[in-house]
Amino acid sequence: MGEVRSRRFIAPSAVVWLALGCAYFFLPLLATLLFSLKSAQTGKCCSIASYTWVVHNGQFWHTLRLSFLLALETIAVSLALFVPTIYWVHLKVPRLRPVVAFLALIPFVVPPIVMVVGLLNFYRGAPSWFYGKPWGFLVAAYVILAFPYMFFALDAGFRAIDVHTLTEASQSLGASWPTTLVKVILPNIRAAALAASFLTLAIVMGEFTIANLSAFHTFPLFLQYVNETQAYPAAALTLLSFGITWAAMLSLLFVGGRRRAAQPVAAVR
Amino acid sequence: MLRPGLASGRRRPSLAWVGTLPFFAYTILFLFLPAGEVLVGALKSVHGGWTIGNVQQLFHHPYIDAYKTSIEVSVVTALLGAVAGLAIAYAAIRDGTPRWIRSLLTTFSGVAANFGGIPLAMAFVATLGTIGIATQFMQNQLHINIWQGYQLFTKTGVEVVYMYFQLPLMILVIAPAVDGLRREWREAASNLGASSWQFWRYVGIPVLMPSILGATILLFGNAFAAYATAYSLTSGTVNLVPILIGAYYQGNVLDNPHLAQALAFGMFVVLAVMMLLYIPLQRRAARWAK
Repeated sequence: MGEVRSRRFIAPSAVVWLALGCAYFFLPLLATLLFSLKSAQTGKCCSIASYTWVVHNGQFWHTLRLSFLLALETIAVSLALFVPTIYWVHLKVPRLRPVVAFLALIPFVVPPIVMVVGLLNFYRGAPSWFYGKPWGFLVAAYVILAFPYMFFALDAGFRAIDVHTLTEASQSLGASWPTTLVKVILPNIRAAALAASFLTLAIVMGEFTIANLSAFHTFPLFLQYVNETQAYPAAALTLLSFGITWAAMLSLLFVGGRRRAAQPVAAVR
Repeated sequence: MLRPGLASGRRRPSLAWVGTLPFFAYTILFLFLPAGEVLVGALKSVHGGWTIGNVQQLFHHPYIDAYKTSIEVSVVTALLGAVAGLAIAYAAIRDGTPRWIRSLLTTFSGVAANFGGIPLAMAFVATLGTIGIATQFMQNQLHINIWQGYQLFTKTGVEVVYMYFQLPLMILVIAPAVDGLRREWREAASNLGASSWQFWRYVGIPVLMPSILGATILLFGNAFAAYATAYSLTSGTVNLVPILIGAYYQGNVLDNPHLAQALAFGMFVVLAVMMLLYIPLQRRAARWAK
């Protein structure tokens, strides 16, 4: 009487809710798969024509490569900006840590659509090597989008190691600042840096808003173009794009261990 | 540990902050100056002088309608997402559910919350669009004709699709709070003769409330800021604020460039208000966390 017995089996209402959630997650993916296998001529299953179309499309490879290279550049710039900054803040100026954290969080509150309006207006008239090229303008914006993810992953990484001891040990052995950073600090925060990089990769590979408004033809813009023109190949591309997100997120879990779950990437919406 | 300034025996003004200059410079160049440009631009007239005309126009047709639709879509998907997300999170965490379901759900939510934008819109076109698999199945096999498929390309459709990233986000955000509901509370309530309903009414929901409200605000912001999904789904025909801003930059409408900046500024104000509501809720939610 009056005691809560531990349930031995799963509660019926829990089964219902979990099944509903499961259906909502998987039905669209299953439907996309079936859709992508339809033949463009007959509208019936099954044909792999959509996939052949994608693989033989030059624009597909071109935009995929562009987005991937942009992601790599964004990762490189972000790491170059954040690793020394967070290292320095942890080592010398811990007072500034809340300030850096606050600044790194701002992109969560400023939607990409607002950000791109500001960037487009402010940098109109800037030299074309910056304003007219994805390597300049887009990457500059994407680094800002990556701010929160970079900061949280790296800050957690730096908190887990003893920055002072590592630095003193390295310098008493005669290492310079750059050597300390690259050969001592970086290997110790490798997991955090990788986690931040995978998140950034997922952001850049899916980012549409900024690329669309500044008219750079990245992978998501190609996806949208196919959506508008070719229904069945678009489904094939969608699955492929989902595969990229999936791979990036699972790699993140893999390098991050069990400590943290993947964080949502608001930027791709 | 001694403070570094004292360890050296005398205090010199520290120049250590100089090391953080590149980061601050980047933030100013690519975040603050462009953000300032939005504010200044919103208050400029086409002729170059200062005006509040652009901001005033936001309160009139058709701009106010866009804000209404945006807020409506965000509120509806945030509330539905919060309720259903909480139920699913609780179903996965409660007694009796095997542990592996919980970790599997967190992993899937992490991935699904990141599945947005163009691919998400296409996935729903393939599912619930006019010739979508589920639409056709309902019509041909089950002979249900309530969903024709064209609804997907309206506001209702946008709401259905947004739920795909709202639900997993809610699950991710609320799971730690649900974890914090301690078994002893349930037992104590039960020992005092409380029914399951009474436990939720007087203990469970009040404890979780700040977390639920905080998460709902996050979901609101999440939907409010979204652009790509709605753009792709409706080909830019649904009247949301981000779509309106985007239409200007693609050269379709608006002859006053400062209006786009005013629209962007308005979005920022709505989100800033939400943030101000979020911070105190976050503090209250932390009270029960251990």
